[in-house]
Amino acid sequence: MTQQESRTAYWRANLRLLTILLSIWFIVSFGFGILLSQPLNNFSFGGYPLGFWFAQQGSMYTFIALIFIYAWRMNVLDRKFDVHED
Amino acid sequence: MDLKTLSLLVVGATFVLYIAIAIWAKANSTSEFYVAGKGIPPVLNGMATAADWMSAASFISMAGLIAFLGFTGGAYLMGWTGGYVLMALLLAPYLRKFGKFTVPEFIGDRFYSNTARIVAVISLLVISITYVIGQMRGVGIAFSNILEVKLEIGLLTGMAVVFIYAVFGGMKGITYTQIAQYVIMIFAYTVPAVFITIQLTGVALPQIGLGSTLAGTDTYLLNALDQTLMDLGFAAYTSITGMTMLNMFLLTLALMIGTAGLPHVIIRFFTVPRVRDARKSAGWALVFIGILYTTAPAVGAMAMYNFINTVQPGEIGSPQGNVVIDERPDWMLRWERTGLLQFEDKNNDGRLQYYNDRNPEFAAMAREEFGWEGNEFTRVDRDIMVLANPQIAGLPNWVIALVAAGGIAAALSTAAGLLLAIASAISHDLLKGIFAPRISEKKELLAGRISMGGAILLAGYLGLNPPGFAAEVVALAFGLAAASLFPTLMMGIFMKGMNREGAIAGMLVGLGSTLLYIFLFKGWFFLPGTNMFPDNAQYWLFGINPTGFGVIGAILNFIVAYLVMKVTKAPPEHIQHLVEEVRVPRVSTNP
Repeated sequence: MTQQESRTAYWRANLRLLTILLSIWFIVSFGFGILLSQPLNNFSFGGYPLGFWFAQQGSMYTFIALIFIYAWRMNVLDRKFDVHED
Repeated sequence: MDLKTLSLLVVGATFVLYIAIAIWAKANSTSEFYVAGKGIPPVLNGMATAADWMSAASFISMAGLIAFLGFTGGAYLMGWTGGYVLMALLLAPYLRKFGKFTVPEFIGDRFYSNTARIVAVISLLVISITYVIGQMRGVGIAFSNILEVKLEIGLLTGMAVVFIYAVFGGMKGITYTQIAQYVIMIFAYTVPAVFITIQLTGVALPQIGLGSTLAGTDTYLLNALDQTLMDLGFAAYTSITGMTMLNMFLLTLALMIGTAGLPHVIIRFFTVPRVRDARKSAGWALVFIGILYTTAPAVGAMAMYNFINTVQPGEIGSPQGNVVIDERPDWMLRWERTGLLQFEDKNNDGRLQYYNDRNPEFAAMAREEFGWEGNEFTRVDRDIMVLANPQIAGLPNWVIALVAAGGIAAALSTAAGLLLAIASAISHDLLKGIFAPRISEKKELLAGRISMGGAILLAGYLGLNPPGFAAEVVALAFGLAAASLFPTLMMGIFMKGMNREGAIAGMLVGLGSTLLYIFLFKGWFFLPGTNMFPDNAQYWLFGINPTGFGVIGAILNFIVAYLVMKVTKAPPEHIQHLVEEVRVPRVSTNP
């Protein structure tokens, strides 16, 4: 693989990861927390109506997890394509 | 010791701490002044970012906002945290790789144009200055309402402290102070929250307590709150109220994109040593922010529950169901003195009623059957939902003193971050970048300190003479950041072919359209009475609230930039090369 090909492959892998993570980001916050919140409120999570829980708790936990997953997967990609620092 | 003396001692002690940090962390080079020498470890930068981010609005106002909005308050929670996902995935690592000092510098270099850089500086100044006004108001509230010190004296003291650590320490001094401020702020926020949660539910963690049953019963807190609110003619706490689903969607998105585009937050990620640190640091920032943001919904809901049960301890409608005015608790007396809480005994029964008199059916019923002549609370400022919490929970005076120190820490830490963004845009982008490129580093550092001093004086002036629209404008700053900086930065990284003409046109259209839409409904330059249309849903374009319009501005920015790019010349070879370099953490030199 030439350097150019390797870079293109690295960038594609990065974009694939972004697409997956941002889909989850959207589904959990805008999907579960807003658009589907009212039907979800018919279910409960402990004493929380589920849609309310997503809007005021769950989506924030998901966001934190998404960033750490991103950092971890990117470190793996950096090494795989030999563009890691140090 | 009385509360006032104790509070002043606690706040004074935090000020001494900030000044000590300033003496220890003096900036000796432009790199230290602008980006703390790029030597901040990721976890500490996460903490500093959290303090930088969480303003007086987050600390003092957000829980109250949620208390009155209920479910739709989630727009603020999701919007102000979800933006970090965008920033971490789409901007921060690449801008760190670029490795310069300011956001307009990236835009100027990437789009090979001083015009682009100047447009970015203008956006930055509009966003940051409007935002700093809100912080000054926060410092004022903390001083005048919690400490009961004259606003002017409080504000000037606050400005003097910021002056010392921001002018001498630059980003380095600001960073270490922000770390200390985070610790104070989070402690001050969570201690009262934990005590209130234990009192109401017997559970210690507010995040769990909000979903628990009321202590000694098997009724869930949220169900009880829903029921009580509905019995008083309000909508249920957990249902969509206050705004339409479309506006909740747009507001959330505008706050998210705006958060990701705020220059004073982005530059925090320039201070870590490596690209991988920038990614991880964003995660830590959100952990530290999340501790407060996942506590806030519990504070909001529980404060509302406590408030209603204080006013309405007995059965609704029974003549003895409401609190007797002469027997109202001390915390009410205290907040009446500040004017944040006001009432009027409309039906002269010597008791207080709080209910939804804008619900015509309920109001008519209450009038006939209960003899209620309207909601008697003429003002319940949302800020007291947080500020009065320790007293409602009966916590000792030192906790109240701590809340004052926390509120001031939240306002000062954000103000300092904004002031640095403003100062570096002036000394680094305008002076060094455009007007005097040959200036020596020593002179640039001096210019940086002078701009910082100037920015502090401007902020102080605006704090003492706050424009009437201060509170609203902070939300609008997000719309402007969303419409101008975020799309341009993103296209600069993700579209190799995006050129100078496209970027400039996009930024101008994004900024211009959003400002125009806001001015149409809020008045030209926010002057009251100059609005062209009444600010309500009937007149809004497709029912879009001006605070959510940033999303439309961002979309227009993207579309215009793309169309202009299509009909103008592609960016030069070396710029396309620059984009490729920015996309990888290290250029592999191996064959």
